[in-house]
Amino acid sequence: MKEVKVLGPGCARCKTTEEMVKMEAAKLGIDVSVEKITDYEAIAKFGIVSTPGIVIDGKVVHAGGLPKTNDLQRWLQA
Amino acid sequence: MTTQALPLKRSTGAWIGGIALAVAIWFALYRQLQPFSRWAVAQLPIPQGSALASSVEFFIYDTPKVLMLLTLVVFAMGVVRSFFSPERTRAILAGKREGLGNVAAAGLGIFTPFCSCSAVPLFVGFVSAGVPLGVTFSFLIAAPMINEVALGLLFALLGWKVALTYLAFGLTIAIVSGWVIGRLHLEGWLEEWVRNIRAGDVDLQPDELTWIDRFKAGWDAVKEIVGKVWYWIIAGIAVGAFIHGYVPAELLSRIMGADAWWSVPAAVLLGVPMYSNAAGIIPVVEALLGKGAALGTVLAFMMSVIALSLPEMIILRKVLSVKLIAVFVAVVASGILAVGFLFNFLFS
Repeated sequence: MKEVKVLGPGCARCKTTEEMVKMEAAKLGIDVSVEKITDYEAIAKFGIVSTPGIVIDGKVVHAGGLPKTNDLQRWLQA
Repeated sequence: MTTQALPLKRSTGAWIGGIALAVAIWFALYRQLQPFSRWAVAQLPIPQGSALASSVEFFIYDTPKVLMLLTLVVFAMGVVRSFFSPERTRAILAGKREGLGNVAAAGLGIFTPFCSCSAVPLFVGFVSAGVPLGVTFSFLIAAPMINEVALGLLFALLGWKVALTYLAFGLTIAIVSGWVIGRLHLEGWLEEWVRNIRAGDVDLQPDELTWIDRFKAGWDAVKEIVGKVWYWIIAGIAVGAFIHGYVPAELLSRIMGADAWWSVPAAVLLGVPMYSNAAGIIPVVEALLGKGAALGTVLAFMMSVIALSLPEMIILRKVLSVKLIAVFVAVVASGILAVGFLFNFLFS
C-alpha cells in the first residue's frame, strides 16, 4: 500500500492531479491511499514552493504543474 | 523514457521540422491578416469609414493577430521556462543578500513559472528557506508584472522601445520596492506561523529533460495559457475596438494626455480593483495609445491592473498581516506613479 499525498490549496490543477494519481494507480493495479493536503503550513513543511505537489511514501516526487502520466507511473512503481 | 533513446532522437528532428513548418505557415498567415480584415469589413453591410466599420476592423484584425502572437511567444517562453523552476530559483536566492538579491529575484521573476494560486506556498517556501523578506517581495512583484505574455505582446503590438522601457521600469519597481520593504524590517508583520516555520529542503530529482520534453513543455504552455486567457483577450480587444472606433481622440488626449498630471494617479487607482492579466489589458493599451493617451499614464494603468490585484492580496492575507499588505501596496503604487510621471515627462 503506497501512501500518496497531493499537496495544494485546492486549485483546479490540484484536483486534477489527485484524480490522475488515482487513475494511474488503478491502471497499474497498485494499491494506494490518496490524501489531500490543503493546509498552507503543512504544504510548506514539505519544502515545496509550487503546487500541486506529490509526496509518495514520505518523499516529494513532484512540485508545480500537472504531472506527466509516464512520470506518475514511474513514481508509483518505484 | 530511457528505453526509447533511438526513436526519441529521430523524433527530435521531426519536432524541429514541424516547428519550422508551423512558424513558416504562421508568418504567411500573419501577413494576410490586415488585407483580410479590410476585405471582411468591406463585405459587411456597414458604411465604410464609419465608427462601426473602424471598430469592427480593429476587432477582426486584432483578434487573430493577438492570439497568433501570443501562441508564438508563449511557446518560445514555455521552452525557456523549462530551464527554470521555483525550487531552483529559491535555491539561487537563498544565499543572496539584499541588494544583489533583489536584482536577482526580479530578474528570475521574469522566467520562473508563476501562478497566483501558488503565491502563498511560494512566499512561505522562500521566506522559510532563508530568502530575505525584501528579496521575496522583489520576486513576487516582478513575477506577475513582467512576464512573457506582457513583454511579447508589448513588443509585437507597440514595438521594442515600449517593451524594453516596460521591462526596465518594471524591474526597477520590483527591485526598489523589494529593497525598501527589506529596509523597513517588517518580518514581525508576517503571520505568526510563517515566522516559525522551518521548511525541509526538498530533494527533487532534477529531471533530465530532452529537447523534445522542452518542446512539449512549450506546447503545454500554449494549451494551458492560451486556453486560459483567450476570453480575456477577446474582452480586451472588444474594449479596444470600442475605444478605437467611438472614443474621440481629442477627449482621450485631454483626460489621458501628458498635460493632465492627475491622470497618472487616477490610472493607478482605477487599476487596483480591476483584475485582468497582461493579455487582456494590452489590446486596450494599444487602442488608448492610438487615440493619443500618454504612454506613462497608460503604462501606469497597465502595471497597476497586473501588479496590484485584489484577488492576489486576498490570497496573501493568509501569510501577511494587513499592515504588511498595506505597505506592499503603498510601495508598489508609489513606484508605478513615479514610472508614469517619468514616462510622461520623458516622452512628451
